[in-house]
Amino acid sequence: MSAHRLETGGRLIDRTRRVRFTFDDAPLRGQAGDTLASALLAEGRMLQGRSFKYHRPRGPVTADSAEPNALMGLDTGARAEPNVRATSVQLSEGMVVHSQNRWPSLAFDVGRIADRLARVLPAGFYYKTFLWPRPFWKHVYEPLIRRAAGLGRAPEGVDPDRYEQLHAFADVVVAGGGVAGLAAAWAAAQGGARVIVLEETGHWGGRAVVDGLVIDGHPAEAWVTATVAALEGLANVTLRTNTSLTAVHDHGYVLADEWPQDAGAGIAAPRQRLWRIRAGRVIAANGAIERPLAFAGNDVPGVMLASAVRDYAVNYGVAVGRRVVVVTNNDDAYRTALALREAGVEVAAVVDARDTLPGPLAQQVRAHGIPIHDGSAIEAVQGDIGVTGVTLCRHSGNGACVSAQIACDAVAMSGGWSPAVHLWSHAGGKVVWDADGAMFRPDPAQGPTGHDGAVFVIPAGAAAGALWGPQALADAHAAGLRAAAETGHPGHTPAPVAEAPEERAILPVWTMPEGAGPRLKSRMFLDFQNDVKVTDVELAAREGFESVEHAKRYTTLGMATDQGKLSNINGLAVLAAARGAGIAETGTTTFRPPWTPLTLGAIAAEARGELFQAVRETPMHAWHAAHGARWEPVGQWRRPHAYVRPGETPAKAVNREVLNTRQTVGVLDASTLGKILVRGPDAGRFLDMLYTGTMSTLAVGRCRYGVMCTENGFVFDDGVVARIDATTWLCHTTTGGAEAVHGWMEDWLQCEWWDWKVHVIDLTEQLAQIAVAGPNARRVLQKLGGMDLSADALGHMRWAAGRLGDFDARVLRVSFSGELGFEVAVPASQGPALWDRLMAAGAEWGIMPYGTEALHVMRAEKGFIMVGDETDGTVTPGDLGLPTGAKKADFLGKRGLERSHLRDPERWRLVGLETLTGSVLPHGAYSVTGGYTDTYQRETDGRVTSSYYSPTLGRGIALGLVRRGPERMGEVLTFPVGAASQMKARIVDPVFFDPQGGRLDG
Amino acid sequence: MLMLTCPCCGVSAEETEFAPGGAAHLRRAGPGTPDDAFEAYMFQRDNPRGVHFERWRHAYGCGKWFLAARCTRTLRVLGTYSARTTEPPADLAAEPPVDLAADLRAPAAEAPA
Repeated sequence: MSAHRLETGGRLIDRTRRVRFTFDDAPLRGQAGDTLASALLAEGRMLQGRSFKYHRPRGPVTADSAEPNALMGLDTGARAEPNVRATSVQLSEGMVVHSQNRWPSLAFDVGRIADRLARVLPAGFYYKTFLWPRPFWKHVYEPLIRRAAGLGRAPEGVDPDRYEQLHAFADVVVAGGGVAGLAAAWAAAQGGARVIVLEETGHWGGRAVVDGLVIDGHPAEAWVTATVAALEGLANVTLRTNTSLTAVHDHGYVLADEWPQDAGAGIAAPRQRLWRIRAGRVIAANGAIERPLAFAGNDVPGVMLASAVRDYAVNYGVAVGRRVVVVTNNDDAYRTALALREAGVEVAAVVDARDTLPGPLAQQVRAHGIPIHDGSAIEAVQGDIGVTGVTLCRHSGNGACVSAQIACDAVAMSGGWSPAVHLWSHAGGKVVWDADGAMFRPDPAQGPTGHDGAVFVIPAGAAAGALWGPQALADAHAAGLRAAAETGHPGHTPAPVAEAPEERAILPVWTMPEGAGPRLKSRMFLDFQNDVKVTDVELAAREGFESVEHAKRYTTLGMATDQGKLSNINGLAVLAAARGAGIAETGTTTFRPPWTPLTLGAIAAEARGELFQAVRETPMHAWHAAHGARWEPVGQWRRPHAYVRPGETPAKAVNREVLNTRQTVGVLDASTLGKILVRGPDAGRFLDMLYTGTMSTLAVGRCRYGVMCTENGFVFDDGVVARIDATTWLCHTTTGGAEAVHGWMEDWLQCEWWDWKVHVIDLTEQLAQIAVAGPNARRVLQKLGGMDLSADALGHMRWAAGRLGDFDARVLRVSFSGELGFEVAVPASQGPALWDRLMAAGAEWGIMPYGTEALHVMRAEKGFIMVGDETDGTVTPGDLGLPTGAKKADFLGKRGLERSHLRDPERWRLVGLETLTGSVLPHGAYSVTGGYTDTYQRETDGRVTSSYYSPTLGRGIALGLVRRGPERMGEVLTFPVGAASQMKARIVDPVFFDPQGGRLDG
Repeated sequence: MLMLTCPCCGVSAEETEFAPGGAAHLRRAGPGTPDDAFEAYMFQRDNPRGVHFERWRHAYGCGKWFLAARCTRTLRVLGTYSARTTEPPADLAAEPPVDLAADLRAPAAEAPA
C-alpha cells in the first residue's frame, strides 16, 4: 500500500483487486472501486490539473461531480474524451489518462507566467486590452488567444463507440439515491406508482453512510442496504446507479445520463445511455453542495472541501494529508476531524470562525484532544504545488495580526452547504434566500408548473434546505407520499426516524478574515477553474457590472465546465457586499440544464450514419443503384443525379443523357413529384384560391400548369394540375414541396374554410411515375400496346387513363424538357415492371435513363423555372413571368401582391444570360453596376439563379433575375468572379432552345 | 417539452408529435383591405406574458389542426379546442390562480389507509 492509502476504511474499494492505469504515461496502480481521483491521491498525486486562465497548479477540491479542478483527458485518438472529472470516473483496468492545460508537463508549466502577471490580468482584461490597433486583433491577438484557449483536446476521428437513447415513462422520478432519495422512493412506491430512482454515483446512500446517520436504530449503511433490497423487490420500481438526472424540462420531461457498466460475457455496454423520461412528478433529492471558504491560498493543492476529505478517508481509505487542518463556519466539518481521527490521521487543529460555545460534535472533537481555534480564520495557506502550513488570525479582523502558524499538508474547509436547487430551477422554479441557514433554497410558492398547472418538481431532503439528517429524512418521506398521491397512487408507510447530533447555527462567511484587504483578497479564489478571485468580482462591481448576470459574464465566474457549482453562491455574496446590497436583492444567476455536461455522442446516439435521417426511395431505386446512379438528395428522397457509365465523368454522363433525350428518347423516374388528389363539390373553388391561375375552368381530361404563393405573395410551389372528373383534380407538386403543399391545403381547409366540401389526400407514394421524353417517346409507348397515344387522341397538356400493355396507367402528355413528353403513372408496385418494359421497348431507339441534372439542363434550355433555384421566398409570379392572377378577385397571396414594393417596376425579373465567350457563369454570381451603395458595398442589379453548360447548344446558358430585366434585352452585364476577374454576359430571352415549341409534337 | 392533448382524437402526447402553427384567431385580410389590416394579419403578433392562443397540428397523429390556450409564464395548458372556432372560448381567456396552498399540502398524509 502506498503512503496515502490508509490501513483501515475504504468501504467502496476492494483491497484484494489491483487496477493498473497510466497518468501522463506513468504506470500507476489503484484498487477496484477507486475513482480516478482517489487512486491518484492514494499514489500521492495531489497535483492533478492546471487552472484555465493562470495555469495555477491544482488538486481536486471535491469527491463528486461538482469538481472544478481535476479535469482529465481519458483515452486517446478516436476514443479520447476531454474534461472528464477525475472525481466522478470509476477507475478501470488499463485506463489511459492525461492531464490537461499544461505544457510541457503538469509539474512544470510555461503557461504559469500568466499567474505571475495576474496583477495585470484582472477581470475584463481581454475586453479592455485587445481593442487596438485594430489589425492586431486578426493577426496577433486572436491566434495567440486561440492557442491558449480551451481545456482538453477534442477526439480525433470517428467515435467507434455505441451510444443509445431510451424512452421511459414514470409517475415519479427520484433524482438522487442518498437516504433522502431512497426514503422518498419507498414512500412513493407503496401505492403502486411507477417509480424510477437515479443515482449519479456507482453506490447508494449518499452522504449519510459517511456521516454516520442512525436510521430506525441502525447505522445508515445497514438501512440503505435493506431499503435498496426492498425497492429491488418491487415490480413498480426501477433503480439505476451511474445515472445522473441532468436536466428537467417543461411538463416533466427529464433527461438522465447513464454510464453503463459492461454487461459481462464479452457484451460491451453502450458507452453512454441517455434516458428521455416523461415524469408525473420529479423528486429532487439531489442533496447539497459544500461551499469552499474564501481565504488567501485556498486553491493550493491540498486544500479541499471538508466533506471530500472525509469521503476519501471513509469511502476509499485514502488520506489526503498526514496532518490536516480543518477550517469551518459550521458544525458539519467537525465530522471530518472525527473521521480523520478514527482513520489514524493527525488533525492539527480545527479553525472555527464562530465565537460561540461548542455543540456535541465540537465536544467530541475536543474530547479527542484536537485543538479548536474559535473566532479564528486562516490568514493564508503556505505552499505552491502543495500545502506546507497555514497561518491563523482573528476572523473578525483584517488579517494583519497573525496569531499562530501551523504546519500541515492538507486543509479541509467548509463554508456551509448550499441546497442543489438546480433541478428545481431548470424548468422555472424560483429560490428564496434563507438568512438563518445562509443558503438559497427552493421557494415552495414558486415551483415549475406542468401542463395542468400543478407544480411537478418536489424538492426533498438537503436539496429542499433540510440539511440536518433527521429533518432531511422526514422531509423526503413526506415528498414521496405527496408525489404518489398527486399522481393518483396514494399509499402509506411509516416514516423512518433518524438520529444525529444537534448542530449549532452556521455563521455566514464570504471572505476570511472578515475584514481582509486587497493583499489577501487577491489570493482568494472563488471560481477555481476560471481563476476568478474576490478582487475580480469587486472590480466588476466597481466598474458598474452590478447585475449578477452581467458580473458573471464579465468575470467568467461560474462559466466553467462545473457551471459554478462551488463558486456561484460565494461569488454573488461577494458581489452583494461590494454593492452594499443584500444577497436576496442581488439574486442568483439562472440555473440552466444540464447539471453535468452531456457529450455530443449521448445527444446524437443512434442518429448518425445511415440512421441519421430516414431516406425515401422510389420503387425503381434498386434499378438506378445497379446502373451507376450518382444520388442527389431532394428532401428525404434520393434521386439519380446522373447515370455514370464506366470510364465516364458525371459531367459527360449529363451531356450524353441530354443529347440522347433530345435526339431520340430518355426516361426519368418522376415518382418523387408530389401527387395530391383534391376532391369535392368545392374543390374547384378551393384550387382557385390556392393557385394564381384558375383551375375550376379546366376541362376534364386536360392539364394546366399552376403556381402557388404564400399569403406574402411569394412563389412557394408549382406543378401541373390535371382535371380528373367533375369534382376531382390531381395536383402535382415539386419533390421537396409535397408535404408542405399538402399541409398548406389541410391548414386552409381545417382552419379557414372548414365549411367547404373538399377532401385532400396525398398519393405521392401510391404511384410510380415515369417520364418518357424525346422525339421517339410515342413510338416507345405505342410498342407496349393498348391506349391510343396519337397526337389526335392525346394532345399536349391532356391526360388519359387506360391499359398500356399490361399496366393500368394514367398517361399525362406534359413536358418539362421541351420534347414530346409523356408521364406514365402506375400503382407503385408496378413501377419496376413498367420501367423494365420501357427500357426493353425503347432499346431499338437507344433509350437511356436520364437524371435530375439532365432534367435541369433541359428545363433551363427551355427557360422553365425551378422552385428553389429561381425562387428563394422573395420572388413573385410576376418576377418570373408566370400567371399573376391579376384578373382574379382573390387567391392566397393576392393581397400580398397588391403591396407597392411587389408592384415596383424596378424589381428584379427573369431573363436569360449568355456569356460573350460561351463560357458558364458561376451559379449565384451577382452583376455589378459600377456604383456603390450608401454602405460602400458594390451596387448590384442582378444575380444568376441557374447556370449550366448546354450540350444541345454547345455553350453556357444561364437564367437570372435582373433589375427591369425584360426591358433591358441585349444589354451586357458585368459579373465579378473571384477577387480580380470578371465575366460579361448579355441579357437574352430565357427560352434558349426551340422557342416556337415545335418539338413538343415530336 | 410540452404535453398537449389533441381535442380531435383525444390523444395526449409529447410536443414532438405536433407541429406548431403560430397565433390562433387571426382574421384574414384579403384583397382590397387597408395596409394596416394586412400588416396586422401577416406580421403583427402579440407576445403576451400570460394566456396565449395558438395553433397546433397533430402532425404525427390524426393530422388535425386544433387550438390551444397556454400560459406563457407557467406553461400551463388551460385547454385545447376545435380549430373551427373564431373567438377564444371565454372560459380559457384568463388563467385561474393556482391554489398554492393545495400544492403545499401533502394529501397522502391525510389519505385514508
